[in-house]
Amino acid sequence: MDEKTVRKIAKLARLQLKDEEVQHFGQELGGIIKWVEQLSEVDTSGVDETATAGGVRLRTDEVTDGDCREAVLANAPASEFDCFVVPKVIE
Amino acid sequence: MSDLTDLTIAEAREHLAQKKISAVELAKAYQSRMVGHKDFNAYIIETPEIALAAAKVSDEKIAKGKAGIMEGIPIAVKDLFCTRGVLSTACSGILAGFKPPYESTVTANIFGAGAVMLGKTNMDEFAMGSANLNSFYGAVKNPWKRKKDNKDLVPGGSSGGSAAAVAARICAGALGSDTGGSIRQPASFTGTVGIKPTYGRCSRWGMIAFASSLDQAGSIARTVQDAAIMLEAISGFDEKDSTSAEMQTPKFEKALAVKDVKGLKIGIPKEYHSERLDPEIKKLWESGADWLKKQGAEIVDISLPHSKYALPVYYIIAPAEASSNLARYDGVRYGLRIVESADSLDEMYMKTRGEGFGPEVKRRIMMGTYVLSAGYYDAYYRQAQKVRKLIIRDFDEAFKKVDVILTPTTPSAAFALDEKPTDPVEMYLNDIFTVPVNLAGIPAISVPAGLSKDGLPLGLQLIGKMWDEETLFRVGGVLETAADFKTRAL
Repeated sequence: MDEKTVRKIAKLARLQLKDEEVQHFGQELGGIIKWVEQLSEVDTSGVDETATAGGVRLRTDEVTDGDCREAVLANAPASEFDCFVVPKVIE
Repeated sequence: MSDLTDLTIAEAREHLAQKKISAVELAKAYQSRMVGHKDFNAYIIETPEIALAAAKVSDEKIAKGKAGIMEGIPIAVKDLFCTRGVLSTACSGILAGFKPPYESTVTANIFGAGAVMLGKTNMDEFAMGSANLNSFYGAVKNPWKRKKDNKDLVPGGSSGGSAAAVAARICAGALGSDTGGSIRQPASFTGTVGIKPTYGRCSRWGMIAFASSLDQAGSIARTVQDAAIMLEAISGFDEKDSTSAEMQTPKFEKALAVKDVKGLKIGIPKEYHSERLDPEIKKLWESGADWLKKQGAEIVDISLPHSKYALPVYYIIAPAEASSNLARYDGVRYGLRIVESADSLDEMYMKTRGEGFGPEVKRRIMMGTYVLSAGYYDAYYRQAQKVRKLIIRDFDEAFKKVDVILTPTTPSAAFALDEKPTDPVEMYLNDIFTVPVNLAGIPAISVPAGLSKDGLPLGLQLIGKMWDEETLFRVGGVLETAADFKTRAL
């Protein structure tokens, strides 16, 4: 995988990579992708894709939880006025 | 009485019920043994006060005749499970210091059944690994040593700390999780029993997510019976997990009452044979089939034609799901935050994630992001989902002919810490026999069956039909008796 692609994917994944990591991952990911490409030889015409082997149960869209602001904020690296704090977004 | 830590869960429960020992004595016995075995690095945190307080409660419940099925039994909990007020990090730097304000359903269930937590066990970061070499807290050492040298060996992974703790008898049993073999492979490497139940049997709520369509909790123990007791304690419907099945939990332990396999058909998949298969693994596999045959089972050759594609399918689907699941670690709500010299929110995300995740996790996030990105989705992700369907069909067809499938658990015995393959693909091959099971959502158990020529434990895997853990325990019990595996690591 070339350097440009590695950097693009890292940006999409929001991962800051060091230069040596870019080179290293490029090689490794290239190898893994070459290996998984053997799947293209399988004839899957007429086969439905599946996301899970089990069943998924949907529930009614209603509030089931809440009133736990303190617990929610307890692990925040930074919080103020009962809110999470992030770096300035708007100048 | 000899050392209390020698007792299995079933034996300890008996002793507790007859008031020959107290839960506090039992917890203390484990705690003093833990002191002498810190070098395995099996625990990342010990919880002695919690253990003693819980043991006291257990003694009171036993006195009142209100004991749960695991009352007073000291266990270890894989650090993947959120435990209220106790460090829960999935052994990742990005969750350093995280103490959840809630309890996972699986741990709530087992504590509700009376189990006593001794501590949280080491694991591969976010359960990504097969050797426990990818932990923020350092590698775990296998309590087993091989004959030819004195090198430290890996315990397998990702539930390496749990498996090592069981093998070293610094807990009576341990909780693990299995996404592609993370319970069964370390069980095989440490001479312990490990079961991954049917997908949906245990709630995933509060279990830190890796690949949601594959993750299942399970147990690692010294005997098949102990593994059954533990699995019964953690199973059950939970409305907080949309994939949790609305089913009654069977009395798994009772399945062991049938001491033979008469009338059962055991499948041997021809695709699991290859020229590359280690001769001693092959021999053990054949012995396993012979033992079951002698106990009344019929051995049937079967075919699982798409087996060779299971690993590549897994290494598309699992990273894809992981890249999505791990997007939540952004330095805003919990865990690590690197904000110094970050000029924007995006930069804070990138620095935090670049610093907080280890190499294997980054590699899988990158792989997952790639296969889900525009232009590649159809070729990789969609195709993998279709081949997954074919793998499920292979098992459906096989289970029309047989009740259980017998395979080796791993292609080799435990290797040394410094023998880790440098090529990630080669490392992934460790899970060749375990991964198809997760893709199909079916249950499987690893039972210690023999020793390698180097004197290391080797496991055999039994794969069952959806929701048929009971037959796995029955056949597993027979296999265990026939194998008569008595050697201990120490």
